[in-house]
Amino acid sequence: MLLTGANGAGKSTLLRLLAGLVPPAEGSLLWHGSDALADGPAHAARLRYLAHADALKPGLTLEENLAFWARLWGGGVGSALAAVGLEGLGHLPARMLSAGQKRRGALARLALTPVPLWLLDEPSVGLDAASITRFGTLLAAHREAGGMVVAATHVDLPLPGARALRLGGAA
Amino acid sequence: MIALLKREWLLAARHPGDTLAAMLFFLLVTALFPFGVGPAPETLARIAPGALLSAALLAALLPLDRLFAAEAEDGSLDQLLLSGLSGAQIALVKALAHWLTTGGPLLLASPVAAAMLNLPVGAWGVAALVLGLATLFLSLLGTAGAALTLGARRGGVLLPLLVLPLAIPAMIFGAAGIEAAASGVAWRPFVLLLAALTAAALPLAPIAAGAALRAE
Repeated sequence: MLLTGANGAGKSTLLRLLAGLVPPAEGSLLWHGSDALADGPAHAARLRYLAHADALKPGLTLEENLAFWARLWGGGVGSALAAVGLEGLGHLPARMLSAGQKRRGALARLALTPVPLWLLDEPSVGLDAASITRFGTLLAAHREAGGMVVAATHVDLPLPGARALRLGGAA
Repeated sequence: MIALLKREWLLAARHPGDTLAAMLFFLLVTALFPFGVGPAPETLARIAPGALLSAALLAALLPLDRLFAAEAEDGSLDQLLLSGLSGAQIALVKALAHWLTTGGPLLLASPVAAAMLNLPVGAWGVAALVLGLATLFLSLLGTAGAALTLGARRGGVLLPLLVLPLAIPAMIFGAAGIEAAASGVAWRPFVLLLAALTAAALPLAPIAAGAALRAE
């Protein structure tokens, strides 16, 4: 699902809400008909959330950054880096990477282990054309395997046939 | 949790300045006392327990305000909260990592500080034990404080105001323990009380910090 809307329309907030990071002011969040927030860690385990911030520690190398998440979630660091085209840069400290490379480093977290739901907040910011194509492959593989994607964006994403939700009403 | 502790350790190893700063701060503060109260050995030995503990607690406070703020800034905190670990588990690891990277080095520096303050050599062991327990207590309280003040403007100032008053019991029992050891009377009751305080904070502070992180 593609999430669009003006700045301040609430796209990021909706994604954070879906991730369980902020509680809904009213209503409830359902997963297969049952309250998703009743068991926070179980809900967290079925999703990957890609925020604006890349959550890479500048002092650690790309490999060390990913290795931490791989230890928590499983998956291979090498194949995840290869999926975003960063296989040669794993030894570099994250602070030496360009903005687009950091973004790809954050995207590599998605490629670690398969989970049903990806929540992406403007995933393509800073990516060049080749990286967006590669990201499209990643997205296609995820959807092929039955995965869901909710992506907030202002630009076209390689998500053919996705439903669109336009948030409006920002003052 | 082990993975997170390993990461914290790796981060501390990449930025040894923070650890070193706390250690040097501790030594410098204890070095100031002889200048202030004069070099008379008896006077120094008299104030040594309190001076050691105050300096250690202040030094351990230094890196606390970055404990969660750095994670929140680069987006890691959101990811950690979604990592499958509970808020309390994250806070417990953070507290332990803080203690290992500041409290531990302070222990190493404590003989130097104790010598500068003319603390009898017989009391050095107890002093190190007390400093270890008191800094662990402060790490735990401080983690809760850091979680509470996360996102507050000037949280770095608010944090000591919140945490230091709560550390007063540790100060009282700790200093009494070192003083007892220095004058050759039973020090165990004081140290055991301090250990009891720390043991009580071990589960309670991370739970409070975890709740604060969730609500942030």
